[in-house]
Amino acid sequence: MTSAENLQAFKRDGRIVVVGASLAGLRAAEALRTEGFTGSLTMIGDESGEPYDRPPLSKQVLTGWVPADGTTLPRRRDVDAEWLLGVPAGGLDLATNRVRLTDGREIPFDRVLISTGVRARPWFVESEAALEGVFVVRTREHAEGLQRALSAGPSRVLVIGAGFTGSEIASICRERDIPVTVAELAPAPLVGALGAMIGEVASDLQRAHGVDLRCGVKVTRLEGDAQGRFRRAHFDDGSTIDADVAVVALGGIRNTDWLTGSGLAAGPWGIACDTGCRALTLDGLVTDDVFAAGDVARCPNPVYEYRLISLEHWANAVEQAEIAAHNMVSGQADRWPHLSLPVFWSIQFGVNIKSVGVPTFADEVVVAQGSVADRRFVAAYGYQGRVTAAVSFNNAKWLDHYRQLIETAAPFPPPCPTPDQPADMKPVPVDFPGPQLLAQGATVVVTGHDPGERRVTAAQQHHR
Amino acid sequence: MTTTRTPDTLRRILDYSSRADPYPLYAELRRTPVARQEDGSYVVSTYRALMDLLHDPHLSSDVRNLSRPMEAAESRTTPPFINMDPPEHDRLRRMAMRHFGPPHTPGLVAGMEGDLTATVSGLIDGFAGREEIDIVDDFAYPFPVTVICHLLGVPREDEPRFRVWVNDIVDSIDYDPRTDPKEKLDKGVQARVDLHRYLGGLLEQRHGRPGGEDLLSRLANDDGPDGRMTDEEIVATANLLLIAGHETTVNLITNGMLTLLRHPQVLRRLRDEPDLVVPLVEELLRYEPPVHIIPWRAAYSDITVDGTVIPKGSQIMLMLASGSRDPDRFHDPDRFDPDRRDNQHLGFGSGIHLCFGGPLARLEAQIALTGLVRRLDHPRLAADPPPYRRSPVLRGPIHLNVQQGQGAQ
Repeated sequence: MTSAENLQAFKRDGRIVVVGASLAGLRAAEALRTEGFTGSLTMIGDESGEPYDRPPLSKQVLTGWVPADGTTLPRRRDVDAEWLLGVPAGGLDLATNRVRLTDGREIPFDRVLISTGVRARPWFVESEAALEGVFVVRTREHAEGLQRALSAGPSRVLVIGAGFTGSEIASICRERDIPVTVAELAPAPLVGALGAMIGEVASDLQRAHGVDLRCGVKVTRLEGDAQGRFRRAHFDDGSTIDADVAVVALGGIRNTDWLTGSGLAAGPWGIACDTGCRALTLDGLVTDDVFAAGDVARCPNPVYEYRLISLEHWANAVEQAEIAAHNMVSGQADRWPHLSLPVFWSIQFGVNIKSVGVPTFADEVVVAQGSVADRRFVAAYGYQGRVTAAVSFNNAKWLDHYRQLIETAAPFPPPCPTPDQPADMKPVPVDFPGPQLLAQGATVVVTGHDPGERRVTAAQQHHR
Repeated sequence: MTTTRTPDTLRRILDYSSRADPYPLYAELRRTPVARQEDGSYVVSTYRALMDLLHDPHLSSDVRNLSRPMEAAESRTTPPFINMDPPEHDRLRRMAMRHFGPPHTPGLVAGMEGDLTATVSGLIDGFAGREEIDIVDDFAYPFPVTVICHLLGVPREDEPRFRVWVNDIVDSIDYDPRTDPKEKLDKGVQARVDLHRYLGGLLEQRHGRPGGEDLLSRLANDDGPDGRMTDEEIVATANLLLIAGHETTVNLITNGMLTLLRHPQVLRRLRDEPDLVVPLVEELLRYEPPVHIIPWRAAYSDITVDGTVIPKGSQIMLMLASGSRDPDRFHDPDRFDPDRRDNQHLGFGSGIHLCFGGPLARLEAQIALTGLVRRLDHPRLAADPPPYRRSPVLRGPIHLNVQQGQGAQ
């Protein structure tokens, strides 16, 4: 049989398993059917309900406007799949092409898509995390619990971590007129994603909305009362704060633990892939039957020096899902690369923040349009004299222009004036705290001598 | 960059003789996506180049940024926000949008559905049983005029007065000093002054009377986060919305009916599948849009588009309707396909000047076309092509005579 005939047979009655039944998994399943895949399709998910949308969980759900169970993802088409929900995958055996579930079931496949995403990073002390009133926000159950706690009228909410999720939750608290303290280890909110200049804007924004913002501090202990209810937080500067609710917003952990020992290049940094969403083995070889998409995937982007980048962005999940699905049912010559630029949005304190490109891939930033004082502006990011990203505050309609500048490696700072260019336009160092972009702790050991024997094994992986 | 043939192509497009079918000429134009004209202005005609420009912050809508100032009819009155740049444009548009759409007034357009349906029914009742009707005069003109008058708070019975001014203003939009009599421009200037004075009079009555539902009342008494517009700004905004609120919709509805009569199988489908009207109106906005051309924009500084540098101060003409027929963006672009997917047409423009009234125009066209196809009895075109209005910018039939009834077949 030729490979074309193989492919036709696979599209007709092959077996595809999708591990991870959220946004990327669902969109991939739909795309597989649209691409003409008529074989068996199995969806494995650790949560029990229908796939749902997560961005509203830190926004409209927490205001009470949308119920937590009201964000079910719209279906683009019938996917005619077998849904194995409520049980997580526990292992992947690439020798026999099987996914093992934690309840012992084994699901065979011809091709598998891994879209297991990210879970919330829990508070580091388990007993403190278990206190009543301590929350993370990742699932609809989390959001529902927090929404209820906010509705009960807490005396104060403590948000630990001022990234996007933490900042959005603080914004909701202020909107609901709940006193809120935000504790952030970095010098300002959003600084890890957008740098010091925007961090300063975000600080002003939070304080102007009445947030008790404490930067450069670390929460060391969450204290409960005799009934096991959260009451007080201790900081590393010796101070304390009394609150009834603590939201731990310290980012996510990629769900790759179950792939330990699978032979894939998977770890806390995600699953390394090529631009076609094909997973790499630990040795760095491209697999042909294992694909990854969404928050868990880590793909090279040619615009950014081919560095491997993982993104926790909604649009990225959808686009990778479609690319992965297409490539799963296409021959080598027809495969598509995932080359679109990352886009991201957040709504907080009445400001619509949007970005295009990779702001962490930059050495300088400049306010190119609008006014920071009015909180309506576009900031362009540059790396060694070319535009690599842009972030807008209440000024998103210009971002398509910056996308084009990034795609064409246009010079930074943008040389030509615009009618709304600030008078004192001057690039400043972007100033990110700590290491950026590349995953840390990807430690491996190379063994063997002959070319046919050289192999990589994963060493102890360092969790930050 | 070449200038071969294009100046001639543009001249032929603007010439009245090609009004019924400018599309083959647009195809000719697209061979040079960014074409320099003999007078130093530029004509842009491909989807990609148009999209890039519409999202380019170096493209100015302020006439003062043209190196060779144009004689424009706006010169003696405060410009509306459509002819301004950020941040002033953004501020005024935002202040107007507060009273028209989300997030502050989210239900306004959707809440008009009942009234629009009633207006459409009333107009159709008026010509039920007549063997021949003019879709323009009997329907597509009076309908949006009624709607925009109500929305703005302009008395409907004043329509004969402002119609004269609006006609003169619309005539002057595409004023070309090389070919047009100066009188055409002068009439436009005078009409703007008259219309401003008229709207200013209406505004006077609104001051100090909060609680009114119409836009003039809301603008006159509003104290939003950006403060209140000056009277001149309110009048300029009302002027813009009054003109744009019906001069474009009349074309959309009329072009829509014409297109349906040319595609009887689609017309039949629309009668049986009411939901089809939503994608159908989008396809109309692509296939036969009411606004074909943005006559001028200015290069605020040097702009690079599609490999061509347009120098600072240049006048740029944007051929929106050509972009929506670009085969590099739309599969089989000259086919009217209401099932078309991924239909990101340029019918409402794009970027910061995206049509302010788009949501209302959509709803008006959807209700109008649904009403017409349901209630007209075996409608047929009396003449194809119909006679067109002069303007190549706001392009549409001046009359669309339709015969109905079984007997005439």
